[in-house]
Amino acid sequence: MGKIRVMKRQEPLGWRSCLVVLGAAGVSLVLSGILLGLQDRPPLTAMVILFQGAFGSAWAIEDCLIKAVPIYLCSLGVAVAFRLQIWNIGAEGQFALGAVGATAAALYFPDLSWFLLLPGMALAAFLAGGFWGLIPALLKIHMRANEIIVTLMMNYIAILFLDYLVYGVWKDPASFGFPMTPTFSESAIVGRIGDTNLNWGLALCAVCGLLVWVFFRYTLLGYELKASGENVRAARYARLPYERLVILVMVLSGALAGWAGFIEASATLNRLQPSIMVGYGYTAIVVAWLARLNPLYIGLASFLLAGLRVGVENLQLELQVPAAFGQIMEGLILLTVLAGGFFTEYRLRLRPRP
Amino acid sequence: MIMKRIVLLALAMVLAWQPAAAEEKSNEKKNIKIGFIYVSPVGDAGWSYAHNEARKAIEAMEGVETSFVESVPEGPDSERVMLNMARKDFDLIFATSFGYMDPMLKVAKRFPDTVFMHCSGFKTAPNMGNYFGRMYQARYLSGMVAGAMTRTDTLGYVAAFPIPEVIRGINAFALGAQSVNPEAKVRVVWTKTWYDPATEKEAAKSLLDVGADVIAQHQDSPGPQEAAQQRGVYSIGYNTDMSQFAPEAHLVAPVWNWTPFYKEIVRQVKAGSWESKSYWWGLEKEIVDISPISDKVPADVRKKVLDKKADIIADTFTVFTGPIKDQQGKVRIPEGKSAADAELLGMDWFVEGVIGTTK
Repeated sequence: MGKIRVMKRQEPLGWRSCLVVLGAAGVSLVLSGILLGLQDRPPLTAMVILFQGAFGSAWAIEDCLIKAVPIYLCSLGVAVAFRLQIWNIGAEGQFALGAVGATAAALYFPDLSWFLLLPGMALAAFLAGGFWGLIPALLKIHMRANEIIVTLMMNYIAILFLDYLVYGVWKDPASFGFPMTPTFSESAIVGRIGDTNLNWGLALCAVCGLLVWVFFRYTLLGYELKASGENVRAARYARLPYERLVILVMVLSGALAGWAGFIEASATLNRLQPSIMVGYGYTAIVVAWLARLNPLYIGLASFLLAGLRVGVENLQLELQVPAAFGQIMEGLILLTVLAGGFFTEYRLRLRPRP
Repeated sequence: MIMKRIVLLALAMVLAWQPAAAEEKSNEKKNIKIGFIYVSPVGDAGWSYAHNEARKAIEAMEGVETSFVESVPEGPDSERVMLNMARKDFDLIFATSFGYMDPMLKVAKRFPDTVFMHCSGFKTAPNMGNYFGRMYQARYLSGMVAGAMTRTDTLGYVAAFPIPEVIRGINAFALGAQSVNPEAKVRVVWTKTWYDPATEKEAAKSLLDVGADVIAQHQDSPGPQEAAQQRGVYSIGYNTDMSQFAPEAHLVAPVWNWTPFYKEIVRQVKAGSWESKSYWWGLEKEIVDISPISDKVPADVRKKVLDKKADIIADTFTVFTGPIKDQQGKVRIPEGKSAADAELLGMDWFVEGVIGTTK
C-alpha cells in the first residue's frame, strides 16, 4: 500500500499536453454519455448525431464557422487583457457598444457606398467598444477601482443603453412597435464569401488573430505586456509603463469585442435588435481560458464550442434531448479540461511505504 | 438505430420519386414532418409549454411526425435551427416567438416548398403565414376577476417587454378591472425577460411593496405566482392554469389552447389546400380561454365573468370599444367606435388607470 504524492513537473509536458486535453474531453464525453443513458437515450447514437449536426456536412461546418466568429473576436479581446492579468469581464458590454457604434454609422449614412460605409462602421465599432474598455482602465489607474467589478457592471449599462436606443430613437416606424432598427441598407451589410453562407467576418477573425499573435511574439510592446503580466512589481521596477499598457489592452480588448458586435449586427442580423445579446461576451471568457490565451487555440476552441452548440440542436431535433443538456456538456468539458490542466503542471507519484 | 434511419431515408426517397404527372394532380401528403422552434424550455408551464402540449396533440394525428428545438435565442441562432429543419425535409415549421419572424422569412425564401407558420408577427410570404390569438379578450376577463378581488384598488402587473402584444394585454386587463371597479389602478413593471423566474419573482415583490394585492403577469415563468403566494395575496396566472404553483393565491389564468389551430393547419397542409394567410382567432375558436375560476371568487363575480365571455363569443361585446382614454386623458378610441385590428397590432399607449410607461 503506497501513498500518492503530488510533484511539480520539472520539464514542460510539450506535445503530451495535447493528450491531457484530449483525455479530459474524452472523460467529459463519457460522463455526458452516461447522463444520456440515464435519460433512456442511446449514448453512442446520440454522440454520432451530435457530431453529424456539428461537423457532418459542409453546411454544418459553415454554420459552426459563422457562429464561431463573434465568439472568436470577443475571446481574442479578453485574452489580450488577460495576458496582462487585467480581468476584463466586460466583453458583453463592449460587444453591445460595438454593435451600437456600427449601427449608428449604418443608420446615419445609409447612402454611402460600401467601401466607405463598412470601414466607417468598423471604425465606429472600434471606437465605441474601445471607449467602453477605456473607462474601467482609467478608473483602475486613477481610482484603483477593481476592473472585474467595473467591467461587469458596465455590461448592464451597455445593454440597457442598447435597449434604450432600439426601443426609442432608433425604432423602425414600420415595425408595429417592436424593438428593432430598420434593416440596414445593402452597402452596410458585410457580404458573403463567394457562394457560401460564410461572411467576411471570418477573414476579419483571421487577420485579427494573426496580428495579435505577431504583436505578442515579435514586438517590444508585446513583450513588455507579457512581462508585466507575469509580474507587475518586477515590471514596474524595470520601468515598464504599466499604466499605459493597461489602457492599451483594455482599449484593444474592447475594440475586438466591438467588432464582434459589428459583424453580428451587420452580417447576420442586418439590423440592431435586443436579441443580438446572447452572452458571447461571457462565453468568450471560458473560451479564452480553455485555449490558454493563444490566438490559434482560441480559434480552435471557438470553433469546437460553436460546434457543440450547433450539434446539440441536432440532438434535440433527432432525440428530443432537453436544451439544458448542451449547457451541462459545456460545463463538463470546461471542468475536465481545466482540471486536466493540473496534470500538465504536476504529476502524481506512487511512493511505496518505507 | 442509424441503420434504421438510413433505411427509412432510402424508403422516403423512393416514395418521393413519383411520376411528375401524378404530382401535378394533387399536393396531398400522406405523411408530414413538422418542426417547432421554442424560445424557452418546454417544461416551464408557460408559453412554450402551451405550444408543446398542442404539438403532442397533433403528433397523435395519423401520418404526423413532429420534433422541436427549445430555448433558441431570437437572433441568428433561430435562423440556423429553421434552416436545418428545412434541410431535413420538414414539411411544416411553426416558429413560436416574435423574434423568429425575419429569420423565418429568410429561410422561407430559400425553401419555397416548405410551409412556414410564424406566431405573433406581421410579415408573410407565399409559403409563410402567421397566426396569433386574441389573448386580450381573456385578459379582459381576468381583469374583471382581479378588479373585483382587490381591496387596495392596486393591481400589480409583471410584464415582459413593452411591445404591442403585451401593452394590449395590460390595457385589456385594466379595462376589465375598471368595468367592475372604476377605482382600480394597474401598476406595471417591465422585466425585459420572457423567462427568468428569479427576476420575475423579484419584480412581483416590488409591486407588492407598493401596495398591490393582486399580481398579474405576462411572463412565462410562475415566479410572480410564487411571490403572491408567499405574501398571502392573490394572483392571476398566464399561459396555462398556474394554480399548482400558487394554490392559495391563484384566482384565474388567461390560457392558450393551440391544439385546434395546429390541427387545422396540419389538415390543410396534408390536404394540399394550405394558403399563406394571417390568422387571429379569439375566444370563439377556443384558441384563448380562461382557466377555471377559483372558489375564492364570489359566485356573482364568476357569473358576471362567464356572461361577459359569452358576450365576447357572441360578438355582442368588443373589448376595445370607446370611449377609451389614454394616460394623459386624451380620447384615443371615440365613443361608439371599436379599435381596428391594425390599431391593436401596433398599440403603444396605455389606457387611463395604468401606472407605468410604455418605454
